[in-house]
Amino acid sequence: MDEEYGRKWDRCLADSAVKIGTGLGVGVILSVLLFKRRTWPVAFSAGTGLGMAYSNCQNDFRSPYLLHGRMVKDQ
Amino acid sequence: MLRVCLRGANAAARQCVCGKVAGHPPLQHCRRYTSAGDSGVSAGKIVAASLLTVGGGLGGTIIYAKWDPKFRSNVEKTVPYSDKVFGMTLGPPPPPVIVPKKPAKVEPLQISSVSEATKDSKQPKKEKKAKEAAPPPEEAPAVEEAPADAAAPPPPPPAQTIEEASAEAAHIISAISDVPSVPAPGTVDDASAPPPPPAAEPEAEAAPSAEAAALPAAISSNLDETLGSSAKTTMAAIGAQEAALAAIAVHTEKLKEAMDEEGAADTKSAQWRALEEALNERSKAVDEAGAALLRARDELEKLKGVITSAKDTNIDAARPQVLAAEENLHNMIVDLDKVVGKVQLAQSEAKIVSQYSDLVNEAKAQFQKELDSITPEIKASWKGLAGKLTTDDLNSLIAHAHRRIDQLNRELAEQRVREQIHIETALDQQKLEHQKALETAVLTALEHNREEMRLEQEKKVAEVREVMEAEMRTQLRRQAAAHTDHLRDVLKVQEQELRAEAEETLTNKMQEQETHYRRLTQEQLDAFTLDMNAAYARLKGVEEAIDSHVIAEEEARKAHQLWLSVEALNYSLRTSGADAPTEPLEAAALAVRESCADNEFAQALATSLPTESLSRGVYSEASLRARFQDVRKLARRVALIDETRNSLYQYFLSYVQAALLMEPEQERPPERLSPTDLDTFKLLSYACYSMERGDLELAAKLLNQLTGEPRRVAQDWLNEARLTLETRQAISLLSAYANAVGLGTTQAP
Repeated sequence: MDEEYGRKWDRCLADSAVKIGTGLGVGVILSVLLFKRRTWPVAFSAGTGLGMAYSNCQNDFRSPYLLHGRMVKDQ
Repeated sequence: MLRVCLRGANAAARQCVCGKVAGHPPLQHCRRYTSAGDSGVSAGKIVAASLLTVGGGLGGTIIYAKWDPKFRSNVEKTVPYSDKVFGMTLGPPPPPVIVPKKPAKVEPLQISSVSEATKDSKQPKKEKKAKEAAPPPEEAPAVEEAPADAAAPPPPPPAQTIEEASAEAAHIISAISDVPSVPAPGTVDDASAPPPPPAAEPEAEAAPSAEAAALPAAISSNLDETLGSSAKTTMAAIGAQEAALAAIAVHTEKLKEAMDEEGAADTKSAQWRALEEALNERSKAVDEAGAALLRARDELEKLKGVITSAKDTNIDAARPQVLAAEENLHNMIVDLDKVVGKVQLAQSEAKIVSQYSDLVNEAKAQFQKELDSITPEIKASWKGLAGKLTTDDLNSLIAHAHRRIDQLNRELAEQRVREQIHIETALDQQKLEHQKALETAVLTALEHNREEMRLEQEKKVAEVREVMEAEMRTQLRRQAAAHTDHLRDVLKVQEQELRAEAEETLTNKMQEQETHYRRLTQEQLDAFTLDMNAAYARLKGVEEAIDSHVIAEEEARKAHQLWLSVEALNYSLRTSGADAPTEPLEAAALAVRESCADNEFAQALATSLPTESLSRGVYSEASLRARFQDVRKLARRVALIDETRNSLYQYFLSYVQAALLMEPEQERPPERLSPTDLDTFKLLSYACYSMERGDLELAAKLLNQLTGEPRRVAQDWLNEARLTLETRQAISLLSAYANAVGLGTTQAP
């Protein structure tokens, strides 16, 4: 059970890192492409990413009996 | 080593070449090189020396082996394969000398020759004995003829004398060898078919040998000795007499020849010389014969004396021997006398012939003298002188012849007359001599007859005595038989009486014994039945006790088994590792269930074990304790989270709370939990305290009071703890039960 908790946190962090990173990236791209190198898309995307990650984490923690499956590739 | 040397040499060379900076190493190298060389040279020397020694030893061995074959054989025996080496170098070994067989071979030959010699010597005896059957019939007429025929021709007497001699020799030999036997068949008296000596020997020998005592044996030996000696001397005497006979015959022959033949002078002289020699021989032989005769007579006298002494001892056993000896003696005397008579005859014949020869010689001499007186100039041999004589001589010769004739006629007439007278006187003389001879012959014949009569009488006496003895024996036997019969009868009667007595006593005793025996058996039976009953009763008791024991033991065994299986289960609880559960308790639980098949309580307990523990095993308390710390940490961190507050912000808050809140790690739980104690931290500290004290149950109870997320976090741990607690409870119950059952089944001493 303790490992579950730890695993959840790991997932959460990984997810948040991914989302934030993605958000940053998307923001950078958007800012570069569309918004004339302004900083607000970056922050906005990053924030979006963060928010999503937060919400995901929260959801994950709130639903303790939900199992997380893994995709197994058939060879 | 060579390589080292080479290397050293090279190094030295290099060093030397490269500028002699290091003085020592090259020197060392060189030194090493030289020392190596030195050692090489000395090594060569050593090798050469050793080779030389070995070669020398081998060569010396071979040479010596060639000279001494014994050494060679020794070496061949001791050193393997040396025989091959020797064979290659020296050739095959010399053959061993065969010396000792010869003497062994010689000896058997000698022995065989000796045996053959003895065999040969036996044969003449047998031949002589074989001749016995032939001579006896011829002997009698020959002996009778010889004394009557004075002028018998020479050939028959020698042959007959030889036969007689052989018969006598056989007879004497038989006398020597077979003393106790029937007298030898070569005697004159037994002209009828003589019993063969070999058949007689065993019969006669058996009789005396059966009764051989010391004294008769001595007598017989004495008799044997004297008989033997006398026989020998008699033989010698007879031989001498024969020789004398032969010599006399030869002499007379020669004399007759000398007288009758009117041959040439030299043959005559030769004849006269031969005659003289024959005369000498004859005289010698006669003398020898006389001496031998004397000796023989002495021996015979001795024998007679021994026989009389033997007769005096008067022992029956020796009697037949004595008789035989007497007979032998008698025969020998007879033979001697015969031979002596023959010799005397021959001598008288010779005398007549010599007288005749003397007369003839005398007449011849006288005639010669007259002739010489008449015709002195004519020599003795006047036969061949016919041409030399004159008429006067012839006339005178004729006149002399006429005169001589007249004279001779007158002499013849005278002689005729004188002849008559002479014949008468000769006849008278002859009669006288005949008378004398007759008397002597009659005397000797009488003597012989008397002897024979006596011997026969003695023989008859002996026979009669034997017959008497036999009859006596039969009578005695009869008496003995009668005696035995009488004894038998008496014994029979006695036997019967004794038997009756014995039977009576026996029956009495038997009856006594029977009654006694019956009483004893009865007693025995009674005692036996008593014992049997007692034993039976005891046996019954024992059987019951054993049965009850068996039941009790069965119970005890079952209890033991249960206990053992419970112990096994208990033990299996301890097999848990640090973080690993124990082995599945399935097997042990199965064993427990089997061992308590008939006990419901135990069965229930056994089946109450949680399936998880059966299949997966349970964790040990230590691992739970270790895990508890993690659980505690986690539970502290999520202490604020429950179903209502479970946002991430709450998570953060509770994390901060856990970081900031200090509470005693272990706190003693109260007896009763108040609502204020249901705080996570408090519960956790209570649980920690009880865990540290080993009270898993309390800890589990306390943790069970957790709510919200901490509860969820501790759920696994709780489950494990619950499993462990359940299993342990069941097992402790089972063991308690097993102990109780075991205690219950133990017998009171």
